[in-house]
Amino acid sequence: MRANTWAGRNKVEVRDVPDPRILNKRDAIVRITSTAICGSDLHLVDGYVPTMQDGDVMGHEFMGEVIEVGPGVDPGRLRVGDRVVVPFPIACGGCAACAAELYSCCENSNPNAGIAEKMFGHPVAGIFGYSHLTGGFAGGQAQYARVPFADVGPLKIESELSDEQVLFLSDILPTGYMGAEMCDIQPSDVVAVWGAGPVGQFAMDSARLLGAARVIAIDKEPYRLQMAERAGHTPVNFDEVDVRSRLLELTGGRGPDKCIDAVGMEATHGSAHIAAYDRIKQAVRSETERPHALRQAILSCRSGGVVSVVGVYGGLLDKFPAGAWMNRALTLRTGQCHVQRYMKPLLQRIERGEIDPTRIITHTLALDEAERGFEIFKNKQDNCEKVVLKP
Amino acid sequence: MELKAATTIRKPALEVYGFWRDLENLPTFMAHLEQVRTTGDRTSRWTADAPFGKDVGWDAEITEEQPGEKIAWRSTGNADVPNAGTVRFLPAPDGVSTEVHVVLVYDIPGGTIGKAVAKYFGEEPHQQLDDDLRRLKQVLETGEVVRSDGAPWGKRARKEFPQRPAQPLSDAELAKGTDA
Repeated sequence: MRANTWAGRNKVEVRDVPDPRILNKRDAIVRITSTAICGSDLHLVDGYVPTMQDGDVMGHEFMGEVIEVGPGVDPGRLRVGDRVVVPFPIACGGCAACAAELYSCCENSNPNAGIAEKMFGHPVAGIFGYSHLTGGFAGGQAQYARVPFADVGPLKIESELSDEQVLFLSDILPTGYMGAEMCDIQPSDVVAVWGAGPVGQFAMDSARLLGAARVIAIDKEPYRLQMAERAGHTPVNFDEVDVRSRLLELTGGRGPDKCIDAVGMEATHGSAHIAAYDRIKQAVRSETERPHALRQAILSCRSGGVVSVVGVYGGLLDKFPAGAWMNRALTLRTGQCHVQRYMKPLLQRIERGEIDPTRIITHTLALDEAERGFEIFKNKQDNCEKVVLKP
Repeated sequence: MELKAATTIRKPALEVYGFWRDLENLPTFMAHLEQVRTTGDRTSRWTADAPFGKDVGWDAEITEEQPGEKIAWRSTGNADVPNAGTVRFLPAPDGVSTEVHVVLVYDIPGGTIGKAVAKYFGEEPHQQLDDDLRRLKQVLETGEVVRSDGAPWGKRARKEFPQRPAQPLSDAELAKGTDA
């Protein structure tokens, strides 16, 4: 089959690889009809997530048709012919984390738990196409994928919704939603979202849906800010204004009640000298992150507010504003999304027309054009917001 | 040499105990064990895989057992690597799960085997035991050892590095077997 693979730093390559087979009893094989490029794929391509290997099949947002199931898959849950969206964290359904609906912390789905443990203290779930640290599972930017624990994660789509309407249930829609949900939004809340990429856009829509009074979008790309503005959110361009001053102006001096970091480890700085510090430390690998958005969110948030982090961080950062965090009674909430928890309720919201996931799609390409897709998405060419690939 | 490790398994203590007490189950999750054959009510014959060398084996006897709580064993006779172990099963505070606490003691001898064993244990011995217990947890909570495309050989993946690329197995690789 054809698959998009990691071919070294800043390089992906569509190659011929073997077709996937059932390896565990509860596996299913899915013929992929739509897949996508995610912002966190860029961290892999840029070389900031360790343990990638030449030839690893990439991609963790995909959907398709079940063409084979292992002998251990409960036929009441999944059968050949079912149309499914596959969540990016692989979760077993049987451990304490899964029982607590903390699916991205599944205790059994990562065969390389020992590696993850060294990095994170405790292991995390396996993730499709997302380094050997998270299991070494082949990803879904391919014609077919093997899906472990297929009777736990995949969501059956039984209505006539298009792939484009449901594909993002695999990751970015629940991730954005969880970013907003962790904010415990009250009707008077002003919510500021750092990053107007796909996850940021869905975090904004979700914050509004959960009752926020106003939502502010922070980015530097005019087309992304315009996209947020068209959806009813207030744009702030950090290339043009000082973010903290602008946020204080927009909130009567209080600061946003709730702040969402939808940026993560490769934040683009304004002109602060600390930017150079982060870049140098990251370049010599003594700091794996550039935590500028997180710092700014903490320093901007009103006292007693919540800073919710769904942007991806991989390792260690420094110059964390612990004083602001502690002295001003901020709550910091985080997590890779527990996608399985949100798929059904968000599908219902899509069916009711409360969320339109298609609004962020700017490019649809063939799988064989994945290299170009990465290029334009990474470099924000051609007003690229979200790329869907068709195998 | 003494190794300790613990894990928590979301199954009742009697079930976890029962699985372990059937000693022939141990090779399903312990990477270095080739086979354990029950030879009597409390006795068994253990065979270990390379790098102990070929045909490294020993007899063992259960020295203490309390159903649902504890099993202790030790090697008997002329074991190449005299060893003993204890596993305790404790109810976890959540009222559902079982804490499994393992202590293994090896008397590493001199000579060629001793050197091989010392080298083997020199490579992250605690990691080995931790990974064994992780596989025990997988088997009891999910039904089998979880395989990924980068580490498809289950418990045979003795070391996490180096791995093959995370892409589906070729026919040749599949023929090598995923039966470990």
